[in-house]
Amino acid sequence: MIKTDILIIGAGPTGLFAVFEAGLLQLKCHLIDALPQVGGQCSEIYPKKPIYDIPGYPEILAGELVDNLMEQIRPFQPGFTLGERAETIETLEDGSFVVTTNKGTQHRAPVVAIAGGLGSFEPRRPLLENLARYEDHGVAYMIKDPEVYRDKKVLIAGGGDSALDWSIFLSDVAAELTLVHRRNEFRGALDSVEKVQQLKNQGKLRLISPAEVIALHGEGKLEGLTLAHAENGETRDLAVDHFIPLFGLSPKLGPIADWGLTIEKNAILVDNALDYQTNVPGIYAIGDVNTYPGKLKLILCGFHEATLMCQSAYQRIHPDKKYVMKYTTVGGVTGFDGSRKEASKAVVKSID
Amino acid sequence: MSDIKIKITDREGVTHQVDAPTDMNMNLMEVVRSYELAPEGTLGICGGMAMCASCQCYVVSQHPLPEKSDDEEAMLSEAFFVKDNSRLGCQIHITEDLDGLEVALAPAED
Repeated sequence: MIKTDILIIGAGPTGLFAVFEAGLLQLKCHLIDALPQVGGQCSEIYPKKPIYDIPGYPEILAGELVDNLMEQIRPFQPGFTLGERAETIETLEDGSFVVTTNKGTQHRAPVVAIAGGLGSFEPRRPLLENLARYEDHGVAYMIKDPEVYRDKKVLIAGGGDSALDWSIFLSDVAAELTLVHRRNEFRGALDSVEKVQQLKNQGKLRLISPAEVIALHGEGKLEGLTLAHAENGETRDLAVDHFIPLFGLSPKLGPIADWGLTIEKNAILVDNALDYQTNVPGIYAIGDVNTYPGKLKLILCGFHEATLMCQSAYQRIHPDKKYVMKYTTVGGVTGFDGSRKEASKAVVKSID
Repeated sequence: MSDIKIKITDREGVTHQVDAPTDMNMNLMEVVRSYELAPEGTLGICGGMAMCASCQCYVVSQHPLPEKSDDEEAMLSEAFFVKDNSRLGCQIHITEDLDGLEVALAPAED
């Protein structure tokens, strides 16, 4: 069981910055995120897009912002459970919470801060009739262990970076690798597109486009599928062991919607007059995932909400202590790793 | 510069006649959101960067529209429920010559 002071659900910019503010108050944090990497939307959707409204940064790439935040919170040694979605929450007798992920990992903390953004990113599923039947029996939306595909016939569908990168990787692992896309144009990093072109020319992967998968076949597990040409509708059947649709991700509020919190407009209602706490004492919601009159879904708003939430969390965890707020310019930053950041002493020298 | 009138049929089949300003640099997705014609979180998910297709709509009237950019083409090619008159609402900028525009919101992807 992972134990911490503040359990943060969501490792996007808001969740990450909360670690810093908590650290100044000597509170430890652990973060859960459904994505395999930190950064939320900033790393998953638009890492290369410039953001112009982060205070102090006339222009900063979303991915750079995540790197900076990771650097800023490093002294506070946050723990991470990545690639797992928070599923259930249980309140214990002493008022603390146990959050369990879809992989069964358990986390216990007196305070839970939901920084879930738009929700956990789930794969976009193609509209195929018996798709659900073959999920985990030949159809997968994420590649966790590439060895599963060794010497097998694999078909990847998609036109973006994921589809290109995995096609390149699996062309060396699979017995047969076919890439299918509805268009001839691919939207991805130039060198990935070029590498796929190269592998196709070398006969190491097969490219079928413009085409799409229209039917799946197989008894019990996937054995084949039918492709249709996107323009003339001509069909052909292909024998495959695995089908991996990589059509991007879309965010869903998911299990959090069933945690007994007040949900309004697909977001969690919070008390913005005080500390961004939800209707359940000890559970807070910060960043894009919350709502209140006048709410703006901006990263900088998430930063502010995270700070106020930490103050309230401190009082909940240490009801007997009176916190004195110290500016970082006065108190510096003392990390849990023993590091210390402080202003250098001013030089005082007399002039004779 | 004055407001223009737009007819938007929402995902429940209800048609709304709304006024949209031409001097606020708004796009159609933002107009739909400002009138709350789709549940929060189901339209304009990427904020307007042509990186999702949640603002997809079918252009019913005959107004000529600017050509689709590469990003919009790519996004629509990956979307579901796409028809010949599909466009991404976030790529349609509200200008005076769109007065009388009629669109229908595409179904939400689930």
